[in-house]
Amino acid sequence: MGPSDQMPREPPFSAAKWYELFSRGARDWLRHDDKVREAVRRHLPELISGGEIIGGSVRTVRVPVKLLEHYHFRLRRAAERQAVGQGQAKPGDVFLDPTEERAAGSKGAGGEAEGQVQLLLELKIDDIVEWLWEEMQLPNLLPRTGPSEEAEWVREGWDRRGARSRLDRRRSFKELVKRRAAPGAVPTFTDEDLRFRQLARRRRPALRAVVFLLLDVSGSMSERDRQLAKTFFFWTVQGLRRQYRSLETVFVAHTTDAWEFTEPEFFQVSGSGGTVASSGLAKVSEIIRERFDAGHYNIYLFYASDGDNAASDAVAAREALAALAAEVSFCGYLEVAAGVSRHLQTETGRLFAQLAAAGGAADSCVLAQFEDVWGAIRRFFAAQQRAAEDA
Amino acid sequence: MSREDWQNYVPRIEQLARDLGLRFHPVEFEAVPDSLMMEIAVYGLPVRMPHWSFGVRYIYQLIQRHMGHSRLFEVVFPGNPGHAYLSAGNGLAENVLVTAHVLGHADFSRNNLLFQRCQTQVSERIVEHAAQHARQIQQAIETHGIERVEAVLDAALALEQHIDVDQPLRRARYPEYAEPPKALADDAFRRRFAALEPGAAGAGSAPRARAPVPPHPERDLLWFVAQYAPEMDSWERDIFLAVREESFYFYPVFVTQIMNEGWASYWHARLLREADFIGQQAYVDAIKCHSDVVRPVAADEQVALSINPYHLGFALWEHIIAEQGLEAAFAIRAQDDDFAFIRNHLTRELAGEFGLFRYRARDGKIRVLEQDIDALREAILAPKYNFGAPTVLVRHLHADGTLELAHDQVLDRRGLDLERSRKVLEYLQRVWRRTVRLATVGEDGMAIELSAP
Repeated sequence: MGPSDQMPREPPFSAAKWYELFSRGARDWLRHDDKVREAVRRHLPELISGGEIIGGSVRTVRVPVKLLEHYHFRLRRAAERQAVGQGQAKPGDVFLDPTEERAAGSKGAGGEAEGQVQLLLELKIDDIVEWLWEEMQLPNLLPRTGPSEEAEWVREGWDRRGARSRLDRRRSFKELVKRRAAPGAVPTFTDEDLRFRQLARRRRPALRAVVFLLLDVSGSMSERDRQLAKTFFFWTVQGLRRQYRSLETVFVAHTTDAWEFTEPEFFQVSGSGGTVASSGLAKVSEIIRERFDAGHYNIYLFYASDGDNAASDAVAAREALAALAAEVSFCGYLEVAAGVSRHLQTETGRLFAQLAAAGGAADSCVLAQFEDVWGAIRRFFAAQQRAAEDA
Repeated sequence: MSREDWQNYVPRIEQLARDLGLRFHPVEFEAVPDSLMMEIAVYGLPVRMPHWSFGVRYIYQLIQRHMGHSRLFEVVFPGNPGHAYLSAGNGLAENVLVTAHVLGHADFSRNNLLFQRCQTQVSERIVEHAAQHARQIQQAIETHGIERVEAVLDAALALEQHIDVDQPLRRARYPEYAEPPKALADDAFRRRFAALEPGAAGAGSAPRARAPVPPHPERDLLWFVAQYAPEMDSWERDIFLAVREESFYFYPVFVTQIMNEGWASYWHARLLREADFIGQQAYVDAIKCHSDVVRPVAADEQVALSINPYHLGFALWEHIIAEQGLEAAFAIRAQDDDFAFIRNHLTRELAGEFGLFRYRARDGKIRVLEQDIDALREAILAPKYNFGAPTVLVRHLHADGTLELAHDQVLDRRGLDLERSRKVLEYLQRVWRRTVRLATVGEDGMAIELSAP
């Protein structure tokens, strides 16, 4: 008896099987994709350091990534290799190497077949902000009551009349079924059956906050310094807006004098002249007095400067800061020092250090390069949060 | 319609193959969609452990397929019974051809000694075995989390080529103690010498010396790590052993590719030729398909820069059977692997006839070299040595758990790719959990030692 006689012969063209519903290859590809995203996420600091994002209407950042390589031991690429081909060729014939041409596009170790496909990962700014701000919160945020309670619309009940867009089909159908249960009822839909969702206005206590972004644009701040500070401000604003619905932002720049700007203008602003920190701080105080009652608002101040305040302004600046500190929930000082790191040993740096030492809600941070932006955001919005919880 | 035709053909093709002297285990055929064919090709097994690197290969395959390259007709797995997966997109003629081809493979894997040895050691049911590994690893993921399991797989799969097939699959650990030194011959001199100072030659009183680990440079890295890693959990060792077992299965497939594909191609051509029960049209279609498969150079090209193993194997077998007869061919298919096959049977005349040439690629230029049959054979075989991987050996396991690896640069003639080697060491270090070092040479031939951490 031959083997084929006992052989159970499956019909070879069988109906749907597991493999039509599930692909191992796709599963493992998704895992690879996750790993790439994880890797990109770990490099957020570099990702958000691109200054060109700011101000533009771009909503995505493109990151070219290579497919991950699973490494094996390999010999070093030799300058020459020998191999065997087949066809009409005589000894001494010379032609171009087609594998080299393809490899020429990608640099480095890209010569091998698997180095060549590049993935262009498109990340939404919103996604990046989400990763950045996953664990971040405004420090010392307290509910403030007052006239400016928030109102929101919530769904509440049904009505027989309403906008077509609010027609609740399921509910309407239920009404039809109920009505038809009665003897002698009209079997088709009537206007009686239609139900519309209703919205109601509901009030809730507001978590109102205003964030002041104060930037020193004096002559001593280089273009790069300003860019650093603006990058920090950009991601801060993006994140805070996402986190808090009713957040107001005020943009102020100062040299020896101070001005309020709209957001687009602020991210374009440049200036020259001396530095008088008190002028900026005074401007902030003035705006608070005019528009933001400390009883109704959580007030935050983030001040970016190179720290070189005019010596004649020392006393005025200290007083202005002390006055502000009484009103604000938190003030953060960002020392922009492209290239040089003086570890906050500057006029303004000492000012904020004294404030913090005296128990004020203040913190400072040095921003020397674009990679520090992420650290600064963490420091201000995560560390403070923990401190607030401990308290 | 075509399904019934094909089913009617299968037993008759099998019978014909048996009449011609092929001996094979029964084969279970299954028609599967192209998407699954592709996955089987990517994983090498129908159901295999999950790992992201397979996902990368899968994407490359998808891209290739979209560019119109390489369609797969069949994938066959040796065993008792064997498993053959046919593409559901095959026509009748293609299926007839593929059935005959599969029987050629089934005969090869049953009778080739290398395959036989691996099947006795691993299993005659590798497909089920691999599925079992996949399940076991899936369970590990559920228990220990994807991160930890992935770290183990990163390391184990990176070392998948580093096995020693000359040792049995199930190996005992090294002897703990060194062999006691041989007793000296009991002759007249020895007796007189001992009499000089009675008591000094207290034989056997010396403490037994611990044998160094490993006692000799060890090639089987997967086995060594599984056995001697100082801080690995047993489930982690099991993963290393599972990967190793699959490598033992893949080895004969890898190292007999030219013979095996050639043998299957020879037999599908011969079976079709002698199968008078196949309709005229089906025969013509199938033979067309055959000539596509064994074509050495693409239709629109003059030269190919690689060899087509189907063609080379097919042409060699045709020659061998014409010259020496079937019995001799059966003996060769039982005893050889590609190394022996190419060296013994690819003669200078045949190489000329097939249009094989050796070339040197340098700076983007390819220069065809003078004919030299020995160098040609070596150039064909070079990518097959040591499972296609550089020779990396375990040199010493230190008392503090430091693992010392060494690359044999004399054998491989140049050093390792440092960047990649460093990454592999990092993978390995994560499961070894102590220092891992590797010695190789740099571009200038100077010794370099890599270390993780």
